[in-house]
Amino acid sequence: MSGPVTEAKLWYWQRVSAMALALFVLVHLATMAWAVRGGLSAAEILGRTRGSWVAGAFYGVFVMAAAVHASIGLATIAQEWLGLRAGPARALAAAFALALAVLGLRAVYALVAA
Amino acid sequence: MSEELVVKVWRGREDGAFVAYRVPRRENQTVLDVVTWIQRHLDPSLAYRYACRVGMCGSCAMTVNGVARWTCRTHVSRVAKGEALEIAPLANLPIVRDLATDMRDFFDRWARARGQFTGAATRHDDFARVDPASPARVAADAGIECIGCGVCHASCDVVAWRPAFVGPAALNRAWTLVNDERDTAGRERLRAVAGDAGCHACHTQGACTERCPKGIAPTAGIAGLKRLVARAAVRGEL
Amino acid sequence: MTRRPDFRSRAHPAWWAFLVHRLSGLALALFLPLHFWALGQALHGAAALDAFLRFADQPLFKFGEWGLVLLLALHAAGGVRLLLIEFGAWSGLRKNLIAVTAGFGVVAGLGFALALFS
Repeated sequence: MSGPVTEAKLWYWQRVSAMALALFVLVHLATMAWAVRGGLSAAEILGRTRGSWVAGAFYGVFVMAAAVHASIGLATIAQEWLGLRAGPARALAAAFALALAVLGLRAVYALVAA
Repeated sequence: MSEELVVKVWRGREDGAFVAYRVPRRENQTVLDVVTWIQRHLDPSLAYRYACRVGMCGSCAMTVNGVARWTCRTHVSRVAKGEALEIAPLANLPIVRDLATDMRDFFDRWARARGQFTGAATRHDDFARVDPASPARVAADAGIECIGCGVCHASCDVVAWRPAFVGPAALNRAWTLVNDERDTAGRERLRAVAGDAGCHACHTQGACTERCPKGIAPTAGIAGLKRLVARAAVRGEL
Repeated sequence: MTRRPDFRSRAHPAWWAFLVHRLSGLALALFLPLHFWALGQALHGAAALDAFLRFADQPLFKFGEWGLVLLLALHAAGGVRLLLIEFGAWSGLRKNLIAVTAGFGVVAGLGFALALFS
């Protein structure tokens, strides 16, 4: 995967994921400010998420959008600030995206279904 | 106003250094006047470039106190820090000598961004009638006054970070042609400006728009190209 | 090597907005694996998650948490500005939105700090 068309598509996917993330992050910020009052506890967190399809869908899509968005950004930084070539930078970023998706979906599963 | 300016001028090529000169301070004095005074009175071997002296030709741009500017229209009183002035060649361009940069690479990038007009009409055809109020003509108008001075190119960090990036001036040129309804090389041009050597490398740092002496906003054209190209790429039309 | 633009050339609001956006994005990206791993502790039951939450219940972690909320707010608001520039009708570098981004960061930072202490 290389060339201008790939680069244009990566730009596009980072912006499309950014549009989704803008909404997710707003909800996430509000939820966090709400949740930390009086300290965090597992019972409180799991009480909100366990068995909730809404929470599962919300955080599942949130995780995927973040994995796409963050990894494309990291690939750019690796090229511009670390001097990596596009190929290696994107390979590392793809591995990072995969790790984020696996770790993130695992966390969603743990909070919602386990 | 003090009597004298202390002017540090870049001498030599990439491995050169600043040399300090003392230049009489005048009430009405441009940076180009200062450079010319040094060359006429202190060191005739000082190399620099200018032609029109009235902000039309785009040949006298230099780095003044760290910021790229057209020197013929930049008054010393606006940029001098006390009595200190530092004048260097434009950044991001090879140095020929002293304050003169090699602009070949700069204009080669315009060519790489498909900056040439390609029309279908011949001299036997009538004039094309373009509605001055059409959105495309308005968009082209906004970028068409570029004088090719290289100030935006020298101010852009992405140019410094990505050697293949064609830069804001070339992309502004491409944008004006994309919006020229007589031009027939649209798809080829979109292909030329796609990706990280073209518009998609831009991070909207805004230096080009901030520094352009003609008040052009290359950022606007680059954003337009990003949208057009990415839409075509995703649809498989590129 | 040609000469490069330096800090004097970069001293304008849109460049500062870029730097904040890039550094906050970098920090958030590197934090995410940690965040997901911590929440994944729930896989081993509520007690495991509680153990982590108790471990993280100290001033240094609270400060870090607060910092990340601040960075997230700045990255989100700054990102909306970039999307408006790239996809919206041209209206300059939208420096007013750089101020709004800073304001949103302050509001989110103060709001979260207040919630942390309540």
